Amino acid sequence: MTGPSSTETDSDDVDAPPGTWLERRLPVGRFLSVQFGRFPMPRSANVLWTVGAMLSAVLLLMLLSGLVLAMNYTPTAAGAFASIEAIERRVPSGWLIRSMHMAGASLFLGALYLHLFRGLYYGSYKKPRELVWLFGILLLAMTMVTAFAGYVLPWGQMSYWGADIAGQALASIPVIGPFLERVFLDGNQPGDGTIHHLFVLHFTLAFAILAVVGVHVATVHIAGSGNPDGVEPDRKGSLPFTPYFAIKDACGVAVFALVLAAVMFLFPDLIIETANYRPANPLHTPTSIEPEWYFLPFFGILQAIPFKFGGLVASAGAVLVLFFVPWLDTSPVRSARQRPLYRASMMGLVVAFVLLGYAGSHHVEGNWLLIARCAALFYFFHFLVLMPLLSRREKAALKDVS
Amino acid sequence: MLAILLAGLTFGAPAGATPPDHDHAPPQHWSFEGALGNFDLAAVQRGYLVYEQVCASCHGLKHVHFSDLAGMGLEPEAVQALAAGYEIRAGRDLSGAPKYRHGLPDDAFPTPVRPVGVKEGVMVPDLARQALIYPGGPDRIYALLTGYSAPPAGVPVPPGLFYNRFAAGRVIAMKPPLHGGDVHYEDGTAASVEQEARDVTIFLAWVGQPHLAERHRTGVRVLIYLLFLIVLLFILKRRIWSHVH
Ligand code: HEC
Ligand code: HEM
Repeated sequence: MTGPSSTETDSDDVDAPPGTWLERRLPVGRFLSVQFGRFPMPRSANVLWTVGAMLSAVLLLMLLSGLVLAMNYTPTAAGAFASIEAIERRVPSGWLIRSMHMAGASLFLGALYLHLFRGLYYGSYKKPRELVWLFGILLLAMTMVTAFAGYVLPWGQMSYWGADIAGQALASIPVIGPFLERVFLDGNQPGDGTIHHLFVLHFTLAFAILAVVGVHVATVHIAGSGNPDGVEPDRKGSLPFTPYFAIKDACGVAVFALVLAAVMFLFPDLIIETANYRPANPLHTPTSIEPEWYFLPFFGILQAIPFKFGGLVASAGAVLVLFFVPWLDTSPVRSARQRPLYRASMMGLVVAFVLLGYAGSHHVEGNWLLIARCAALFYFFHFLVLMPLLSRREKAALKDVS
Repeated sequence: MLAILLAGLTFGAPAGATPPDHDHAPPQHWSFEGALGNFDLAAVQRGYLVYEQVCASCHGLKHVHFSDLAGMGLEPEAVQALAAGYEIRAGRDLSGAPKYRHGLPDDAFPTPVRPVGVKEGVMVPDLARQALIYPGGPDRIYALLTGYSAPPAGVPVPPGLFYNRFAAGRVIAMKPPLHGGDVHYEDGTAASVEQEARDVTIFLAWVGQPHLAERHRTGVRVLIYLLFLIVLLFILKRRIWSHVH
């Protein structure tokens, strides 16, 4: 029995977990220590396991630089181009922020592709990491939409005609296409409404990406990180994330920053489409309309199919098929290191992806059309035929052994 | 002679490819080229003079403000004086006629509405980003400005157009803008056609990317800093991992 004189101080509360006042109410420190301090990492995780840290860093850079841009940007057809000119010419450090955002977007998608192919190669999508994979592909799709929306905002020639082509692609969908196009463009052609839609979309999706990254990382931490051999637990054992993998990630992020700085300060021509410095002109169709490099493989698929709607289905399908990978490849063997045939097909997939990109950057006709069609065919063959077939074979072989 | 050359070019082109409809501009050496390029601000200022005295009567510099010219090394007073030399539309008077006032540093460059010496219906391109977006870039702008000549025998030039082997279709609606001696350079440089063309091209390259030199300078500093950081981080990584092998 406690007397009436005893005050209820924090230290008397025997049920409370130890720690400071804040820690007992919101265990941030414990969370960080469990999830990032002591979190066990497979010891053989290699340099490709640092790409996730690079992506987190560049996402933060995009959000911060994007906020500064948004504060100086005018989302109207009449004002957008002029506001970008003001950002580049007069807003203090505006040119710096904008080049960060432009180079950042390119390297973001580049790192995402690296992350994606890392996952495909080492079988990172397999049990128990199916959800990790699904949220990852969702992030890829969201980032692609965000980047497309962002590219329309400066309202240059490529922005305008990019939006126009996207509208046409939507319109090619049977029955609901024309309706979708009108909703997307907010009119018959790209204009004020289009910019407004895409600005809101760009802004919101960017922060939604941050939230989905949170879920993606949470699922990784529940399943644990995989390793290059795909044999779990890691044969070499595990090590706490801090300091062993924290320092590795720091090295990776620093190298990424070096590449980013080289591109944005010294070699911006690698990623800038100068045609977008011409203001949007609805009366003048450019002789060649080409998306940013990171969309070229999908643009190649789009053009490889002779009719518009088919092209749309195929290039959207090229992303959608990735969602189904955990159920297309059901072989218990994870890593391509253990699967010579799968490894060969993975190499073929990378080659096909690059070839599709090259094809997309040319007018897809003549030889390029043939190459694009073969590459597109191989892309889908890898996922839809080879993955299930190899899984069956490997499962049967494993059954024989046991 | 030229016609023979052109014919040769046409027939020498690989089958299927369309022959170029203008001559290839010979590459020039520019100080702003390359990853570490820089601007000679004296040349940029001379080039501005050519723009102001010659090109400004037809071409605007949309979205560029007079105060932006401080970036080519002008003092605020010089910018103010320069701005005052331009007439800016300021509404209409009671009778409906347009009113004008002297330019202020925060005004944008005016775009000439009805340039003299330009045929009705011809679009005069804006020059603010021309060095960036013109196919062929600064090399071709320089070639174009110095490339006017009499047409080769037998090549008809439609009225109102001028023969220029670097223009698209080898004819252009811009009458030869430079004749030599169009400006008086304060620094004593002789104002030949080539010199004026070179300077104004450098000015256009500058106004198209006014932060280029600063971008390169900052880039070098950031890269050195990051390289240093990377070396330190890798040393740290080796030390941390040295316990676990
Ligand atoms: C008399 C008016 C006039 C003056 C002065 C003038 N231009 Fe032009 N300029 C034009 C017109 C008109 C065109 C469009 C030509 C066409 O489309 O055929 C043009 C086009 C151009 C082009 C683009 C050429 C192309 O192939 O599209 C450049 C570059 C250019 N001018 C630079 C200059 C420079 C630099 C000066 C000053 C040295 C200058 N102009 C002075 C009228 C002028
Ligand atoms: C997921 C992260 C993001 C990606 C991948 C992304 C991508 C892009 C791209 C590709 C462009 C076009 C660049 C150009 O060529 O001009 C752009 C422009 C823009 N973005 Fe983002 N962005 C992201 C986040 C944000 C955020 C968080 C904001 C602010 C809320 C923002 C605001 C803007 C604005 C205002 C522009 C137009 C200015 C410009 O074109 O430079 N962005 N973005």
